[in-house]
Amino acid sequence: MTTAEVLRYTQETGDFSRMLNDIPYATFIGLECERFGDDLIFRLPRKASNIGNPILPAIHGGVIGGFMELSAAIYLMMSQEVLRMPLIVDFSLDYLRAGLDRETFAECRLTRQGNRVANVMITAWQKSRNEPIATARAHFLLED
Amino acid sequence: MTDTTLMDRVTRFIDTLQQSQALGLTVTDAAHNHLVLCLPYSKQIIGNPETGVIHGGAITTLMDTASGSVMICALPEFELCPTLDLRVDYMRAAEPHKPVYARAEAYRVTRNIIFTRCEAYQEPGKAVAQCVGTFMRIGKEATPKSYRDLITGDAHDNG
Repeated sequence: MTTAEVLRYTQETGDFSRMLNDIPYATFIGLECERFGDDLIFRLPRKASNIGNPILPAIHGGVIGGFMELSAAIYLMMSQEVLRMPLIVDFSLDYLRAGLDRETFAECRLTRQGNRVANVMITAWQKSRNEPIATARAHFLLED
Repeated sequence: MTDTTLMDRVTRFIDTLQQSQALGLTVTDAAHNHLVLCLPYSKQIIGNPETGVIHGGAITTLMDTASGSVMICALPEFELCPTLDLRVDYMRAAEPHKPVYARAEAYRVTRNIIFTRCEAYQEPGKAVAQCVGTFMRIGKEATPKSYRDLITGDAHDNG
């Protein structure tokens, strides 16, 4: 199956397993995605190899960043029908609370979609959506 | 501290981070306020299956680790400093099948905050990504002594 076919399949069925299987980094950190109506919720289950602070223990800040970056790229592909992986230009990440060794969630919002560049906001939380562990903002280039 | 001591400390530190182990990060160079880490290429961190280019998240983790570990080379004593924020610019895709290096420095150290910058590259002078970060100083006492001793290599001396 080509990338375009996988994307179409995912958009039609809401089943992200094929798409995520095709992205090794998604498997590496354990990213999952579920669709609720038009909304996408990204999920990062607990995983020992994602730990970056052995004392708390807490998830590596880079993994939280990677999780949010990849969530934003998938969100953009799904909502904009971009038939390929959008190119990330920059990424700005604020860590608000320690990301403890537990399940983490993320949701994205398209702030602005231009002809060539999209601006996406990402929020990540663990126990409660009202207590985000990190917020981020990313720019993606939609064409070469 | 000698460069060898710094290199040993950073190596011991990143060896305690499971994610750094999973990525296979190694220390290439360490000196006063200067640290270079290496991220080897591996299929498991590919972000674009069509091109084999690794995902930006792996580079973010490389740069976060380099920026967070350069404190060991910049401060007189080992302190664990949580990341406040990171700003990452991706200048070009990393070429597949080649390692990515990250060179970090702390360009301003205050009582509460450490400001870092970091460059990721494959060939010298051709940046793949650049990152500025701020880290909070929570004091060395916030980290258990047993862990600090493990990093400084004093674990055995103190019984």
